[in-house]
Amino acid sequence: MAEAQDFTLKIRRFDPESGEQAHWQDFGVELDPDRSVLDGILQVKDREDASLAIRCSCRAAICGSCGVRINGKSALACNTRLSDAKQTAFNGAIAVEPMGNMPVIKDLIVDMDAVHWKKIQRVVPWLLPEGDPPEREYIVPAEAMIDVTQSMACIQCGVCVSACLSLEVDPEFIGPAALAKAYRFVGDPRDDHTEERLRDLAEDPHGIYDCTHCFACIEVCPKDVAPMSQIMRLRRRATADFGIKDSNNGYGHEKGFVDIIEKWGTLHEAQLLPRSFGDGSMIKGQTEPGAVKQLVESLPTAFRGLKSGKITPRKALLHPKLPDQKNVKHIYKEVHDRDKRIELNLYIVSENSVEEEGAQGEGSGEN
Amino acid sequence: MKLAYWPGCVSRGFTPELHGSMTLVAPKLDLELVELDRANCCGAGVIAEHNQELVDTLNARTFALAQGVEGAQGMMNICSTCQGAQSECQQRLDADGDYRKGVNATLRDEGLSYERDGNWWNKNFLWVLVEEIGLAALASKVVRPLEGLRIAPFYGCYIVRPTERLGFHEHPHRDKYLDHVIELLGAEAVEYAGSHKCCGFPVITMNRTTSLRQAGRHLADAIDAGADCLVTPCPLCHLNLDLQQPEAAKYVERDLGVPVLHLPQMVGLALGLEPKELGMNKHVVKTGDVQRKVAELAAA
Repeated sequence: MAEAQDFTLKIRRFDPESGEQAHWQDFGVELDPDRSVLDGILQVKDREDASLAIRCSCRAAICGSCGVRINGKSALACNTRLSDAKQTAFNGAIAVEPMGNMPVIKDLIVDMDAVHWKKIQRVVPWLLPEGDPPEREYIVPAEAMIDVTQSMACIQCGVCVSACLSLEVDPEFIGPAALAKAYRFVGDPRDDHTEERLRDLAEDPHGIYDCTHCFACIEVCPKDVAPMSQIMRLRRRATADFGIKDSNNGYGHEKGFVDIIEKWGTLHEAQLLPRSFGDGSMIKGQTEPGAVKQLVESLPTAFRGLKSGKITPRKALLHPKLPDQKNVKHIYKEVHDRDKRIELNLYIVSENSVEEEGAQGEGSGEN
Repeated sequence: MKLAYWPGCVSRGFTPELHGSMTLVAPKLDLELVELDRANCCGAGVIAEHNQELVDTLNARTFALAQGVEGAQGMMNICSTCQGAQSECQQRLDADGDYRKGVNATLRDEGLSYERDGNWWNKNFLWVLVEEIGLAALASKVVRPLEGLRIAPFYGCYIVRPTERLGFHEHPHRDKYLDHVIELLGAEAVEYAGSHKCCGFPVITMNRTTSLRQAGRHLADAIDAGADCLVTPCPLCHLNLDLQQPEAAKYVERDLGVPVLHLPQMVGLALGLEPKELGMNKHVVKTGDVQRKVAELAAA
């Protein structure tokens, strides 16, 4: 065991009953550097100020109670070593703040009910089977359960909610934790409301198409749930499996983009906008009233692009195909002709199939 | 140094000044770029959303073309989004031999195959600058230190997250490189809240309010921190921060008007290239003030 070292914890304090504004307070702690930031906070509570408020229980990244922000990054305090926290500390002091995107109740405790749990409720987090239940248990194919395993690993700590950059500007966004939970039921074959769930989440302006794909939730999740990847799965199911043409242009944007690359190989940017507004169709995107309205809204931007010389009329109208576009088309055909989508989820890939990093793949030498 | 070069779609589309400036900067850095003119779009996260195998195969094709460039040390891109989208595919392709075999089977008719090779890499220009060229070598080529310029770095999500996929275990400071390069070129790196946040571009057609509030907020933060301009290694960020800036101003209800440079433009200025040849007149937010400051440096 390493020797105890001195650390400074710079803790964000707030007590609504004091009438004072939130402020920073420095505390010295003495601990083995392998101990956690939570251990440090508990030492402060024990030795210096028993009124310091934090939720915690298991101290082993299982209960999900002690979410905070450490040097600006959302994390579980019990899952972050003091030595690691010190490396990202500014001027040597480890800054500990309450989680973001949720109202602060006291010190490091945020109101999870007001944001996180409300959003979890929003996605109907239970199975909705139809018809009479089977005489014995439900029989579910193993692969279907493996598919939702990653979303089931969530411990509801709210760390992803704290880090979410969409929530930061749109507090109504359903958010990463709740949408990952939604996939847990969308992916479950026992549920009989899959399409209804997907339609609901696709049509909600604060639903699956309000995720800006910033990877913040993937980066901070202590359980590798990769909420953003679950949101992308929801989008994939909504568009590819159910063809849900939503009013947020989610379907159109995806279809438009994918079709453009099939046709030209690189992105024909000028066509992406009308296609997005027209469920993927260039004609619909320029004739349907809803699409035309959105196109007109985009005109000032297009005009500025033309004026600056970024966009030329020629570029807007014509786009060169790749010299051997037939090869790109061939890839599309091969993949789309398969009976089933092939997906490799690294979360559930067995250890045997994951090769040693840096090793030569067995594919080398074949040509 | 010879490199296979993937400029991406947008750098030759709506931000032509990016590819143009990179082409001028490369010889000054002794980079020989072999453009992959047969390679396809990286998918920008959208094709991945549609079908994972499709995007993995498309990018395996690009990687295979790059691996076929004789004498190239690796592949370089100039777009954070290309970097992130391609790294995601490479991670899957490298992780599972059977999966990779299946993908390569699709490429066989074209005579291509992506080979897993621990020594082969695909790096954004920012990473190439710091890790391959090196800051010391870059410093030796600076003829016009950008003294007095206050530049706010804007990285783009795809090049900083997730760290586990983007090689941060080997290069833990990749989230600070842009700051390092700004300082090395003689300018001051501005600290502000938005440097590593999302520009909002991915949802511009799906939730305009979320998208432009994000762009507007980061631009406002940079202005409030005293930035003369921003710099970004991502052309998609550039579209939301520059092309959409007048619209973003409406969503944050304040005046903006801060220029956004592409990384090769900033490097080019310090290497003695002129703003006009670097395409700095092709921005929506006028770069006049930055140009004037650079002209004063030259005169001094």
